[in-house]
Amino acid sequence: MKLDTLASWARRLRVRDISSRELTEFYLGRIDRLDSQLNSFISVTPDLALAAADAADERLARGEEAPLLGLPVAQKDIFCTQGVRTSCGSKMLDNFIAPYTATVVERMNTAGAVMLGKTNMDEFAMGSSNETSHYGPVRNPWDPERVPGGSSGGSAAAVAARLVPAATGTDTGGSIRQPAAFCGITGVKPTYGRVSRYGMIAFASSLDQAGPMAASAEDCALMLNAMAGFDPRDSTSVERPAEDFTAGLRADLKGLRIGLPREFFGEGLDPGVRAAIEAALAVLRERGAELIEISLPNSGLSVPAYYVVAPAECSSNLARYDGVRFGHRCDEPRDLTDLYTRSRAEGFGAEVKRRIMIGTYVLSAGYYDAYYLKAQKVRRLIADDFRRAFGQVDVIAGPTSPETPFRLGEKSADPVQMYLSDIYTIAVNLAGLPGLSMPAGTVGNLPVGMQLIGNYFDEARLLGVAHQFQQETDWHARMPAPFV
Amino acid sequence: MQWETVIGLEIHTQLNTVSKIFSGAATAYGAEPNRQACAVDLGLPGVLPVLNAAVVEKAVMLGLAIDARIAPRSVFARKNYFYPDLPKGYQISQYELPIVEQGYLDIDLEDGSRKRIGVTRAHLEEDAGKSLHEGFTAMTGIDLNRAGTPLVEIVSEPDMRSAKEAVAYMKKLHALVRYLGISDGNMQEGSFRCDANVSVRPRGRTEFGTRAEIKNLNSFRFVERAINFEVERQIDLIESGGTVVQETRLYDPDRDETRSMRSKEEANDYRYFPDPDLLPVVIHAEDIEAARRRLPELPDAKRERFISAYGLSAYDAGSLTASRELADYFEAVAAGCNAPKLAANWVMGDFSAALNRSEAGLAQSPVSAEALAQLLSRIQDETISGKIAKEVFDAMWSGEGEADAIIEARGLKQITDTAAIDAIIDEVIAANPSQLEQYRSGKDKLFGFFVGQVMKKTRGQANPAQVNERLRARLQGD
Repeated sequence: MKLDTLASWARRLRVRDISSRELTEFYLGRIDRLDSQLNSFISVTPDLALAAADAADERLARGEEAPLLGLPVAQKDIFCTQGVRTSCGSKMLDNFIAPYTATVVERMNTAGAVMLGKTNMDEFAMGSSNETSHYGPVRNPWDPERVPGGSSGGSAAAVAARLVPAATGTDTGGSIRQPAAFCGITGVKPTYGRVSRYGMIAFASSLDQAGPMAASAEDCALMLNAMAGFDPRDSTSVERPAEDFTAGLRADLKGLRIGLPREFFGEGLDPGVRAAIEAALAVLRERGAELIEISLPNSGLSVPAYYVVAPAECSSNLARYDGVRFGHRCDEPRDLTDLYTRSRAEGFGAEVKRRIMIGTYVLSAGYYDAYYLKAQKVRRLIADDFRRAFGQVDVIAGPTSPETPFRLGEKSADPVQMYLSDIYTIAVNLAGLPGLSMPAGTVGNLPVGMQLIGNYFDEARLLGVAHQFQQETDWHARMPAPFV
Repeated sequence: MQWETVIGLEIHTQLNTVSKIFSGAATAYGAEPNRQACAVDLGLPGVLPVLNAAVVEKAVMLGLAIDARIAPRSVFARKNYFYPDLPKGYQISQYELPIVEQGYLDIDLEDGSRKRIGVTRAHLEEDAGKSLHEGFTAMTGIDLNRAGTPLVEIVSEPDMRSAKEAVAYMKKLHALVRYLGISDGNMQEGSFRCDANVSVRPRGRTEFGTRAEIKNLNSFRFVERAINFEVERQIDLIESGGTVVQETRLYDPDRDETRSMRSKEEANDYRYFPDPDLLPVVIHAEDIEAARRRLPELPDAKRERFISAYGLSAYDAGSLTASRELADYFEAVAAGCNAPKLAANWVMGDFSAALNRSEAGLAQSPVSAEALAQLLSRIQDETISGKIAKEVFDAMWSGEGEADAIIEARGLKQITDTAAIDAIIDEVIAANPSQLEQYRSGKDKLFGFFVGQVMKKTRGQANPAQVNERLRARLQGD
């Protein structure tokens, strides 16, 4: 059987050219054969998958229509899935079988998706390289010595190697877009509030947002149709009429105003990445887009502001992992304090502990104003920058990451270097805007991602621009050789 | 030295919603442990809180009732600390921007004067679960049924100057939340509990002394006793050369003393910050007006009305309006017998006494307002005397039926026939010639003897006023 895209599989399933069971077995076979090279899955669930595939086949036979009916997907292991281990990449939750299902997963299941398994990730989504996972690092399919990015590194690598046609990710500071860029796939971080956070294990609640990761913009649109929507169980989810994200794919680029923030093309940007992005921008200009230089003057403050807000929220969100009700509990605690300290010391990895400590510190009496409150003010300034920019342009474009995938271990010893890997993506989360990363070229053998940033709830436009770009180029269709 | 006591109270009131403040689980009291705790209450990974709108409405009603400012925008914050019965490792509360600010309550002092007690703020929060220590060895049980129960914490200014004032304030607030119908106020079940901040200072000094906070007082009596103990402890300490340290103390009712729980140094840094899972609570002017229209008549207004409409004394009106149920009961009785003062006397007198003896609540009273009104109507229309009415009331209380039926069955109807009364008087006079002689020679006190004899012969059923009138005439030989 030959590989195909999610959208194409969907068409073929509908005309009964192939069954969901055949498709599911095909991808399960690929995972079985190839994932030892990548470590992109934490759990593979073949029994559940085949049962779901059979159910989908029955629905297809009845002529039912559902957006993802019969299509194999993978869920990032941050989403609670009833009856299946939901580890969040942590030893803390290695024994946690979720007793309920996240809204995103529930919506996808209702839409007919067939879950093949749960993908690897940085522990509690804290990392940019997938090296902080309790289940070991994920390898980049383009070069096994390099990282796939993080925190949704497992989803990105699995999609890039076509172990699954599409997967979910979550993005708190770039965790969908940066790994999508590193692995040469398309990923969307929707507007904050577009996709329900219920059942998605919280890292930083005001920044976390789930989104699709797939080979193309068209596939992402298909996924987003199923994932997005108001959820009364999430107070921060936004009530809006349902949107068909595939409808805007045929958008015309003529007259589209694309803003290029000068701050995203300055110091620290790898020359190879710059060249690839400029070439990609030239394609968009040829299709009629207008390129306008803009400024986001406060974007330099985004990394420091983020590393106050995100750890602050995480220090509180992760307090529930105390060894009392679920998750890791140390052996034979002497007393309550021992139970807390040992369970948490054993259950959490180093990066998670670092962020809990930073967060605890910045919220402490006497430091709150100087750190947390200040960071929230910076956040407003960053959002204001974008608001001004969107008065001038329709979308903003630039590199997703300043560099191509780095080597495993290269930045593990230097957290600040690691944090700078997300320098172009973090501002988008702080402002709550939608962002997309798409394959835009290569440096050597390694993929380069271009980021598109839209105004609030303008995902359809981003997907349209990406789709049009993907009509002109084939970066998104290229695959790492060992997995073809 | 003369000492002055300074007291401020923080009162936690459970709001009587059907479901919890941030989840759909039920709030009913007394279920099997952990049967009323859903995924959200357990703090499972990935769950999110959703605010129960009924809670906001109740807080707004409270705010209006204490003439406070209702915040157009208030914010839920996380109070972070570790405790086994606190599932998320933080309590969702309100901190910098509470829903209610700057209200007051007027309390009545023993000397008849009124005093205004400021209410600094009232904020919404969720309750924690319960740690169970009994029935476990070397372990603690956790019951999370209570986790997520909606509370409003009402914080007073340090305006009270004695334990009695503190109790008066607490009682007033207790009556108010029940009037408003926002809390059942059940103190045994912890629906209404109090932390008292207590300090002393030399009389005349303006700055406050160092305070101790006494936690979790769940009865009016304990509040009074705990404060009195604490005041004495602090004065003794200072007078013997010591200093009061800022700390949290627990009151032990068995030993009637307070004990140190933790000092300021051991206190948690709660690292409050706005809860990113919840949107700010926005309250529009229309919402406030809608809540205002739903407000029932409040205790003070009711009291004034009882004085002016029924001609009751301030004291009686105050007693009858101390609880909404009692006030409602009184009004039903008064309306039924058309004699408000008689109704007031009976409701506060025999009826309340019987209720106290039975230790039942008003709702369980075996004598309904209608039944009591019927009884009082029989006094009014002189079918029975007030004295006989007590006997009938006792019979009613023990379930013998309605007043009319009991009067009939026991033959208690008052004798008002003048001829019949005269006949009995004549019999009594004839039977007691020596007493008659003494009376006529000036021993007036014997009048009572004759009354007694007449009443005895009529088994108390003769109309007392008529007996007096006819007897006096007869004895004087008219």
